[in-house]
Amino acid sequence: MAKLKVALYWAASCGGCEIAQLQIGDKLLKLVEAADIVFWPVAIDVKYKDVEAMPDKSIDVCLFNGAIRNSEQEHIAKMLREKSKIMIAYGSCAYGGGIPGLGNLFNRELIFQRAYVETPSTDNKEKVFPQTKFKVPEGELTLPEFYDTVKTLRQTVDVDYIVPGCPPEEKTTWLALEALIQGKLPPKGTVISHSIKAVCDDCPRKKGVKKIKKFYRTFEIIPEPEVCLLEQGLLCAGVATRGGCGAPCPQANMPCTGCYGPVEGVIDQGAHLLSAVTSVIDSNDPEEIQKIIDDIRDPAGTFYRYSLPDSLLRRARIK
Amino acid sequence: MNNFEPKIVGFCCNWCSYRGADLAGTARMKCSPNVRIIRVMCSGRVEPTFILKAFELGADGVLVLGCHPGDCHYVEGNYKTARRIPLLKKMLTQMGIEEDRLRLDWVSASEGDRFVAIVDEMTEKIRALGPFKKNSKEAKHG
Repeated sequence: MAKLKVALYWAASCGGCEIAQLQIGDKLLKLVEAADIVFWPVAIDVKYKDVEAMPDKSIDVCLFNGAIRNSEQEHIAKMLREKSKIMIAYGSCAYGGGIPGLGNLFNRELIFQRAYVETPSTDNKEKVFPQTKFKVPEGELTLPEFYDTVKTLRQTVDVDYIVPGCPPEEKTTWLALEALIQGKLPPKGTVISHSIKAVCDDCPRKKGVKKIKKFYRTFEIIPEPEVCLLEQGLLCAGVATRGGCGAPCPQANMPCTGCYGPVEGVIDQGAHLLSAVTSVIDSNDPEEIQKIIDDIRDPAGTFYRYSLPDSLLRRARIK
Repeated sequence: MNNFEPKIVGFCCNWCSYRGADLAGTARMKCSPNVRIIRVMCSGRVEPTFILKAFELGADGVLVLGCHPGDCHYVEGNYKTARRIPLLKKMLTQMGIEEDRLRLDWVSASEGDRFVAIVDEMTEKIRALGPFKKNSKEAKHG
């Protein structure tokens, strides 16, 4: 059997997905047995022009991580789509926008203002901002255009499969790779994970009646080790998040933050989570309800932590 | 702006507020025509997703009407709504959507006049706020 040709790319992401890909450990050897890696900016020296020179559909699989935040990322996403038979959105950023997707609460102007002027460690009296073009004696320098709105990979190109997670768990990554190596692929559009149910299904904590009088932030309490974290007033996103990860966070006393995306059939993870969280508030008195809700400082950032660009509203309106 | 007629999606529960709206109609009360009513079995059925979807599809405002507290046909469905809407409003504010574009209120089956008053008030509020444009210029790249 001819070896598979695999490309890996990072767009707006942190590099954690690359670590996750290496974390499959000795299974990497199995991967290398079955596949040749033709493009992987983090590890091998293949230039954009080399990829451009490849014939269309000559790459079997592209594992693309990161959101689309600038013109370079959009260009490479489109190029890799043309060159690849199968395009996989790997990790939360490619899937739902991820942490970079929270930039959609702002726009380019506000982000530049913050990053290049307001941050305490910045000294930029002339208010110099990145320019897409700049003339120097030696010629013209260029930078990719920074977009106002972060997009997911699916909003940019046609995507065949999704591997969720921030970063995807080793077993989730391997589930996808194994399917590729063996050629046993699920229907197009599948979110590849061991579960279609919520993280609660994986979570060994005891679940009882949920009645919350106060929400806590993680640093405010030390949770009981065996009781459901949401029951203890921690905003655990497990109720509205796809499982398959094995619930490592709740088992380490940290509430789920929602990185595997919505459960099967849900279109807006944040709205779903908001609904679940408010239903456990133990009060019928409007004033008390308001007081309990006041503890949730940043609902948009909490409920859409990994999925703001993929939500129904996609971004905040800036006046 | 003067010709702006707000489009408001009104979720009315089957047991109280929809009948209140019906009463307003059969009694031939005069009422702003801006609310498009969607009948649901209970205000508790109105998932936040429905409300976001309404905005996404171009609604200028969303009105959720249920039975008065204590009167819910399903005992406590409207209490769940009463917990849900304030947090949703808080989140909508972060998303740049004015709080007044979403309103939760209670209308009983006998309160046709109250239904009319709420609809008229909401319509004027939204008229003053202007049309809801989902995304401003920032959306040009997606």
